[in-house]
Amino acid sequence: MSEQHSDRLTGDLSPEENKLQSEPKSGPKDHSRRVFLFKLSLLINGAVGVVLAVPIMRYLLGPVIQKKSSYHSWITLGNVDDFPEGETRLADYRNPSTTAWDGDTGKVACWVRRKSGNEFQVFAINCAHLGCPVRWFAESKLFLCPCHGGAYYQDGSRAAGPPERGLFEYKYRVAGAKLMINAGELPTLSTPASAQNANFVPLDKIGRATWQS
Amino acid sequence: MAELKKKGLQKAGIEVYEWFEHRLGIVKPAVDAAVHPVPASAASWWYVFGSAATVLFVLQIMTGILLALVYTPSANHAWSSLQFLNNNVELGWFLRALHGWGSDFMIAIVLIHMVQVFMFGAYKFPRELTWIIGVLLLLLTLGMAFTGQVLRFDQDAYWGLGIGASIMSRVPVIGPSLVHFLLGAPIIGSATLSRFFTLHVFVIPGLLLAGVALHLLMVLRLGINEWPMPGRIVRKATYEAEYHKLNEKEGIAFVPDGAWKDAIFAAAIILSVMACAFFFGPFGPTGQPDPTIIQTAPKPDAPFLWLFAVLSLLPPEMETPIILIAPVIIIGAMLLLPLVAGEGEKHWSRRPVAVLMVSVIAVSLGIFTRLGVTTPWSPVMNAWSSNTVPQRYIHDRTPLEREGALVFQNKQCRDCHQVGGEGGQRGPALDSVATRLTEDQLVRQVLQGGGNMPAYGNALSPAETAALVAFLKTLRGNDLSPAQDASRALMGENPAEEPVPGEKSRTGKPHLSEKAPVQEK
Repeated sequence: MSEQHSDRLTGDLSPEENKLQSEPKSGPKDHSRRVFLFKLSLLINGAVGVVLAVPIMRYLLGPVIQKKSSYHSWITLGNVDDFPEGETRLADYRNPSTTAWDGDTGKVACWVRRKSGNEFQVFAINCAHLGCPVRWFAESKLFLCPCHGGAYYQDGSRAAGPPERGLFEYKYRVAGAKLMINAGELPTLSTPASAQNANFVPLDKIGRATWQS
Repeated sequence: MAELKKKGLQKAGIEVYEWFEHRLGIVKPAVDAAVHPVPASAASWWYVFGSAATVLFVLQIMTGILLALVYTPSANHAWSSLQFLNNNVELGWFLRALHGWGSDFMIAIVLIHMVQVFMFGAYKFPRELTWIIGVLLLLLTLGMAFTGQVLRFDQDAYWGLGIGASIMSRVPVIGPSLVHFLLGAPIIGSATLSRFFTLHVFVIPGLLLAGVALHLLMVLRLGINEWPMPGRIVRKATYEAEYHKLNEKEGIAFVPDGAWKDAIFAAAIILSVMACAFFFGPFGPTGQPDPTIIQTAPKPDAPFLWLFAVLSLLPPEMETPIILIAPVIIIGAMLLLPLVAGEGEKHWSRRPVAVLMVSVIAVSLGIFTRLGVTTPWSPVMNAWSSNTVPQRYIHDRTPLEREGALVFQNKQCRDCHQVGGEGGQRGPALDSVATRLTEDQLVRQVLQGGGNMPAYGNALSPAETAALVAFLKTLRGNDLSPAQDASRALMGENPAEEPVPGEKSRTGKPHLSEKAPVQEK
């Protein structure tokens, strides 16, 4: 076996290397043994590398692997009465998942439109074009984006400019006198403002069947 | 005695040197590399940009390390640590300014270097790989500029990350994963900043160092490009022998015969960076990264303004395909260039397409950058409250028309429309709108919008609309005739042309019309 093996091996090498490796000091048998051991060492290192790569890749891709639904949760935005009927007001909340060293960047702003009574629309601050903060202009009843001039009507639908859709909207619920929204992630064209299957159970009513409301 | 001492010292010095050189063995190859022959024609002022870029890279590494002594890569403190650097640390502002201006200079010099190499045909055989590595170095340099802008972690950086995430989100299938990978968290925060810090301080500089080393080794190995001559064709079979012969005939030692120009230019560039840093100071930081402060108009740094402009000018339906496909094509074309055009003419006078390409690209980048500075597509968010309607537009007007001017102001039309040279440029200037649109068309345009204008039907009462249109009808530029409805004119219904109340006639006499109140009925 070794005879055949070494033949094939030395055949791959250039004449100089061949000469160098088959010095008389170590016979052809010895040589083929060392080449075999070298190849074995490469194999072992390859295997160790793969085993090492698994935790490294998992660590690196941690934010990608995490279950998307775990980002979102229901948070209180304020009292319903903080938002006058027929008006659109700026509100902010602290993102459900933040660290102490996030500082102010852990805060998120949003636009709350109280249409009437308990009917709301809560818009993400981020323009649907490229995420800049839109501003509400009460007189012209428009949201305008300072970056590339996207414009939206008061109901969040696209009015003009580069956005290809309306503003992102949070799912909301009114729990007692509190306005709550389902939030937790930067909304973009492929990441939702609220969890797709956000089921609402108000904290004070846990245990009672309230989800049909 | 002193002579003897000197000689002894000299001998000792040489011995110490030899002790080290015997073990290290780097001085001789270094000297060999320094004095290697270059074609005399290549010792030109046109050949100084590569070395200048390298010198700027060293400056960036040095100032970067010094800034890292104080900078804190945490979302909570990054911005304040920069304020601290600007205001409390001895010459902290100057180091920040050096690093910021050094970055702009480096990008400019790298681009000039690239254009020079392209125009001189230096990317052709056998230097194809040198060009390809150079393209990667350009991309890494731009990567440094973008990640560095993020580390400033001010409002521009925060919303710039939002733009980055939004672009990533447009990638099909893996969009959400890319967003999470970029941000390192569900929202922009400390995890994001740490990622960009790692990229800016460890990953990209490491790749840059390795790339620059390879790039330089290849320049030494293959020789610097000779000055191109029209008609001197590069052929793979003969080029290397020709180059060798040329070098034997007219070669000069790179050090000192060629290198003095590089050295002087490098000194001038460093001095320019220092002058800009001293006179113009550091970049920002602008407002603090609190996303609940939305009174901000985020803008990228100078190297990316052209991209900012392109992103706002693309038609919405083409935006995603262009954002995702264009970079692949552009970078692919740059990488493949030397493999496709590795032979042939080097001289620019025989390569009109190359000259045309460089001119068109340079002019386009210039125009887009200029547009990125002026952002005519952005509404001027405070024009409605800060820019007044020119007096001549309300002088001698009817009450209804004046009321219309008020509506015009209050409904924030000024944010997008200029009047009297002030206001937004998103929509057309309205100084002569009545010469383009009839009354009916004005009403329709205001209520229904269209042509990239929102509809104002919900934001205006009928009375406000009537007043606004009455005001708009008075805007006829330099007393031009108003737009007329052709069908009405046929029916004889078009009102006879009347002088507009209050407008100066060409004779200079104000034709303050008595009919104005009548019109109002």
